[in-house]
Amino acid sequence: MLRMHDISKTFRAELVETHALRDFSLDIDEGEFVAVTGPSGSGKTTFLNVAGLLESFDTGLYRLDGVDVSELKDRELSRLRNEKIGFIFQNFNLIPDLNVFDNVDVPLRYRGFSASERRSRIEAALQRVGLAGRPKHLPSQLSGGQQQRVGIARALAGEPRFLLADEPTGNLDSQMAEGVLDLLQEINKAGTTIIIVTHDPTLAAHARRQVHLKDGVILNGAETAP
Amino acid sequence: MRVASRLADGLELFSYNLGLALRNIRRNPVLSGLMVAAIGIGIGACMSMVTVNYRFAADPIPHKSDVLHYIRLDSWSPDQSWQGGDRPPPQLTYVDATALLEEKRAFRQAAMSGASLAVESDRRDEKPFFVDVRATTADFFALFDVPFRYGGGWSDEADAAAEQVVVLGTDVNDRIFGGRDSVGETLTLSGRVYRVVGVLDEWQPSIRFYDMASGGGPGSEIEDMFVPWSLIVAAEVPRRGNTNCWKPLEGDGLRALLASECIWIQFWAEFRDTAEREDYTSFLDAYVNGQKELGRFPRPLNNHATPLMDLQREIGSVPTEAQVLLGLSVIFLAVCLLNTLGLLLAKFLGKANEIGIRRALGASRRTLFQQYLVEAGVIGAAGGVLGLGLTWLGLKGIDGQFEDDLGAFLQMDWKMALVAVVLAVVASLITSIYPTWRACNVQPAAHLKAN
Repeated sequence: MLRMHDISKTFRAELVETHALRDFSLDIDEGEFVAVTGPSGSGKTTFLNVAGLLESFDTGLYRLDGVDVSELKDRELSRLRNEKIGFIFQNFNLIPDLNVFDNVDVPLRYRGFSASERRSRIEAALQRVGLAGRPKHLPSQLSGGQQQRVGIARALAGEPRFLLADEPTGNLDSQMAEGVLDLLQEINKAGTTIIIVTHDPTLAAHARRQVHLKDGVILNGAETAP
Repeated sequence: MRVASRLADGLELFSYNLGLALRNIRRNPVLSGLMVAAIGIGIGACMSMVTVNYRFAADPIPHKSDVLHYIRLDSWSPDQSWQGGDRPPPQLTYVDATALLEEKRAFRQAAMSGASLAVESDRRDEKPFFVDVRATTADFFALFDVPFRYGGGWSDEADAAAEQVVVLGTDVNDRIFGGRDSVGETLTLSGRVYRVVGVLDEWQPSIRFYDMASGGGPGSEIEDMFVPWSLIVAAEVPRRGNTNCWKPLEGDGLRALLASECIWIQFWAEFRDTAEREDYTSFLDAYVNGQKELGRFPRPLNNHATPLMDLQREIGSVPTEAQVLLGLSVIFLAVCLLNTLGLLLAKFLGKANEIGIRRALGASRRTLFQQYLVEAGVIGAAGGVLGLGLTWLGLKGIDGQFEDDLGAFLQMDWKMALVAVVLAVVASLITSIYPTWRACNVQPAAHLKAN
């Protein structure tokens, strides 16, 4: 499902070159729950951005659900991202002016679903994360845990092939974090592939496979779990 | 079906973007208001001057301006051309105008000159007052499609017999006869009794276009009365308007003027087609060649039958001041748009985080470009509406600078209003291209993490 082979990504400043990913190879199969861990500067975020098609890479091969993404144009990448990937962010990244319903609606608008299709998907996603009664609330009227649930509903509404989560519980207290984690596990059990990027070993322990990075290189966990 | 489906998708996305645009504008009213004000002020200034220039250059009689021709003959001095240029003098001598009238070679033709008469009342308590008069031939009214409320013009026979008849303008008929049908009634003009044969209906062309060569420019209004051309001689109706001579009169008084090479008469002809026009031009050349044999017309042949709009362009119906002000107003609009560009840049780059989120959720650069263009278009449209109001105020201000009432002349029509709004939208869309391009090229990854 996700196949990265010898991916390299270097950031160049005026005087400094930073090798964020070096000969990075990783396969993730459908239905996996993978945690990508490592210290700050290990390349976790760069991996997440490359995997999420938010950033290009210098060399290597990346096939997402069978599609070689290296030659795709912005419009095709955006469509692929919209259809295949759901993002969950540490800071939720909800649009503050939009209410819960409209926030979940954003990716569905770009997919071109009809109004009735969007409505039923939004209601189902909010039901799934336990926020069916709050579609008109603005993000500022919700707790952190609730905002993250909205973020998860938004990621789920388009029924993506996999979720990319960047420190999804990083801004939550332990009780809320537990709730979000339970929800992610439930989603994974239902068949959605989940990749979590985190430096939190406790969170990583919930994944069925851990990939550990250091200096842009995979130290262990590159192979698919048996 | 596929086209219809794509159209429906496009409309759906446009409606979504419109909703977002309105929400964004409401969310930041001060910044949005500044942009609307900048565009509105720029458009107001620019459109005021565009309207002034447009009105000066507009066709005063669009339904038949192409068949109306102004006739000029080069009867000027052998030593120098008219004003040193290659154009013939703008008016005719009495000798030539009379000859052209007698030949009757055009479908319709009219000689004319400005004049002035005093209206004398039978009542002792009412003082006489002067009115502007146009002395002209019978075809004048049909030539320029002059509308009548009562009666009509006079006949060729009345012209020939120098009958003391008069056509009144609406205002003067209101003043003298209280607005009633005065046809058949008489009034005393400069000591002679005239019979009213017609009263004009409302007729206020944008300028006194038939008198352009002799002072009928912007702000000029049509005369109060019209009398037969022959009365200039028979009743010695006092003339007014430009008179130019290249050699001294031989004698004094009206008779000397009539026999002179002085030019003071405007002459118009109507041709139904190109052939008629060409025939008439040939006739003019033949006439002038005949006059050359009599010792007149010392200059080379230079006769013109100029269509009305060509004459308007040639004379330059748009004053230089208006053209300069138009240039300045365009520069002012550019400055306003530059300010708007800066504000849009600040606004859109301030949305970098939302742009990052939307990119992550599947929006392409193109989709976001469209979204922000819609927002810029809405701001532009609002600026255009404000600009319309400011244009109206600007035109009122310009009107106030002149003694004559230019109100009717400087009115904005629906076409100019549409131009104002379209110009505002287009200008704001062009202005927004750079800010929108910058906004759509932000790196989403940087903003998703940094928020």
